[in-house]
Amino acid sequence: MYKIVYKKVLNPTVVMMDIEAPLVAKKAQAGQFIILRVDEEGERIPLTVAGYDRDAGTVKIIFQVVGATTEKLYHKNEGEYIQDFAGPLGVPTHLDGLNEVCIVGGGVGCAIALPVAQALKERGAKVTSIIGFRNKDLLILEDEFKACSDELIVMTDDGSYGRVGNVCIPLNEMFAGGRRFDKVITIGPLVMMKFVTMATRPTGIPCDVSMNPIMIDGTGMCGGCRLTLNVDGKRVTKFACVDGPDFNGYQVDFDEAISRGGAYRSFERHSHENTCNLFKKGVE
Amino acid sequence: MAKANMNPNKNPMPTQDALVRARNFDEVALGYDEQTAIDEALRCLNCKNKPCVNGCPVNIHIPEFIEKIKEGDFEGAYQIIARSSTLPAVCGRVCPQETQCEEKCVRGIKGEPVGIGRLERFVADWHNMHSDVTPECAPANGHKVAVVGSGPSGLTCAGDLAKAGYSVTVYEALHTAGGVLVYGIPEFRLPKAIVKKEVDNLAAMGVEVVTNVIIGKTLTVDELFDMGYEAVFIGSGAGLPNFMGIPGEALNGVYSANEYLTRSNLMKAYLDNPETPIMKGGKVAVVGGGNVAMDAARTALRLGAEKVYIVYRRSMDELPARREEVEHAEEEGIEFRLLCNPVEILGYENPDDKRDPKNGFVSGIRCIRMELGEPDERGRRRPVEIPGSEFTLDVDTVIISIGTSPNPLIKSTTDGLEVNRWGGIIVTEDGATTKDGVYAGGDAVTGAATVISAMGAGKIAAKAIDEYLQNK
Repeated sequence: MYKIVYKKVLNPTVVMMDIEAPLVAKKAQAGQFIILRVDEEGERIPLTVAGYDRDAGTVKIIFQVVGATTEKLYHKNEGEYIQDFAGPLGVPTHLDGLNEVCIVGGGVGCAIALPVAQALKERGAKVTSIIGFRNKDLLILEDEFKACSDELIVMTDDGSYGRVGNVCIPLNEMFAGGRRFDKVITIGPLVMMKFVTMATRPTGIPCDVSMNPIMIDGTGMCGGCRLTLNVDGKRVTKFACVDGPDFNGYQVDFDEAISRGGAYRSFERHSHENTCNLFKKGVE
Repeated sequence: MAKANMNPNKNPMPTQDALVRARNFDEVALGYDEQTAIDEALRCLNCKNKPCVNGCPVNIHIPEFIEKIKEGDFEGAYQIIARSSTLPAVCGRVCPQETQCEEKCVRGIKGEPVGIGRLERFVADWHNMHSDVTPECAPANGHKVAVVGSGPSGLTCAGDLAKAGYSVTVYEALHTAGGVLVYGIPEFRLPKAIVKKEVDNLAAMGVEVVTNVIIGKTLTVDELFDMGYEAVFIGSGAGLPNFMGIPGEALNGVYSANEYLTRSNLMKAYLDNPETPIMKGGKVAVVGGGNVAMDAARTALRLGAEKVYIVYRRSMDELPARREEVEHAEEEGIEFRLLCNPVEILGYENPDDKRDPKNGFVSGIRCIRMELGEPDERGRRRPVEIPGSEFTLDVDTVIISIGTSPNPLIKSTTDGLEVNRWGGIIVTEDGATTKDGVYAGGDAVTGAATVISAMGAGKIAAKAIDEYLQNK
């Protein structure tokens, strides 16, 4: 069992937790993920590490409530325990040799982008961050990004905070103005990463994306997290759990990944509604 | 003692009715009762040269335990098996006895061999029901050994070392111990309660099982040595599933057998209202002809599929699955499409509605008929496509069961551990790897093989580790 030592609600559907898991905390690096189960009957879900405290032995996770499992986790409080917490899994984000980087985060993906930005800042790199949200209410981690970015641009779809529009707008402006980076790293919804990749491609700047497909074991056994890369005209199957989760965005078949991401959507909606009803009953 | 039973046939194994069992997850084979077990035991001639023992990868003293059954001393029979095997209740169920001990049985020359597997299962089940005696362990010798993976090779290695007085810790990456015995082999062939009982047995012998630790990630092999372990056994199992490389394998509704079985077995997606989803019902094609393919096909049927096909590119004679599993599958109504090879998985695409929820899901599998040509280097006749013979099977789920490639996690984080060009860990005859103090066995070495051969490897490595540490 793994103790929740800290919990903070960041916005109506996004929660931050520090979980006591000393072995994972000792090893975790930006870009890696963990697998957790909330309780004995729970499903295994992957969450990318949002931070860690090696001395305290805790790992930070930030998640959005999207289905039954995240709904149950949302209802857990400080001092309570979750059943399983295993990791760190996947290959850490490659940071070596990067002096000037643009980080593009979207929605809850900003939670994963933050440790990458922080790690780059610690290494002395110049960090430009663009973070986007649907509206002001969903904004998270602005202060944290400010602290580790040389430049921070906040976008909202409806203009209720920062600039109006999506993250590609300032990115395209920078490129048009001649700005260059050693790399663009983008983490967020698949559609956003697809468009950031498309916007960056003409510049020739390398563009890495962080994939978060459906997984079961997360250790290189089930193959559920497979995705297709286009490498030199050939289609190659890769596994996000052991080969990723970071990939060269120019090679990723996003349309396929988007389709695969929706495989259980109707199931998720149904089980989420059931779980919500259970919690409502509990309240009554 | 009663007279030898010269009936040329084995006592049949009682089973659930095929049409009933095809819709439930209860165990198919029900096991012998005491009378049947004694009657079957009496078919054993207790011959002098004991060919059956040589056919067993862990050399169980077969005629001796069968003699005990004849006497009605079932616990005595168990103690004889337990000297050689850590997991008799498992092996009695999933070992391919027909190509091992029973293949060598003298009774098999004129008739059927003695039902050794069925007797082993009977003895193990009898013991589990009537006795709480845990195997005796030698006094603690103060040496610590780490075992990576809690599948059949790891559990066997851990059990043998514990019996020899070692302090053993087993590290398991998943949340439950048992490896392929819990995530791979279905409930109807190997009830999980039996695996749990075997794992509990090890715990009673003092073996510590730590779940949620991925060796190669959470801890490295070198760190295990830093923590005071003097030897490490790697039994991390088979790895990533192979795919065919044909169009459509990324469609929704295409599973690897590993994923499909893990969802159903480990994550219990077969229960009502599971938290882990699985696509149930409809028409299912399973590609491949091994035991795992049979398990996947029969699981699909039990999950409610209206039609399940096995698509295999060779003929019935080359089918690698155990005969018993194939027979069970046929009885349950699984349709074998032999000499067929998939060329493409077809997907549903509604041109008028981009938001149609069926878009991106499997709608069929296109196959081509094959004929058998010249034998290959292993003597199996090579399947050759018959031009123009393509046809489509109307299915909504495809399960690919064509083998696995070794897991890269440990190799990539362990200096000095060498692997062959397929990624299997290189070991000597006694299981020693190229790294001092590190031993390995099971699928991590051989690629996908059987439970009993993994157990055999775990046993050999335990002996080698004992010698290594005694001489250190």
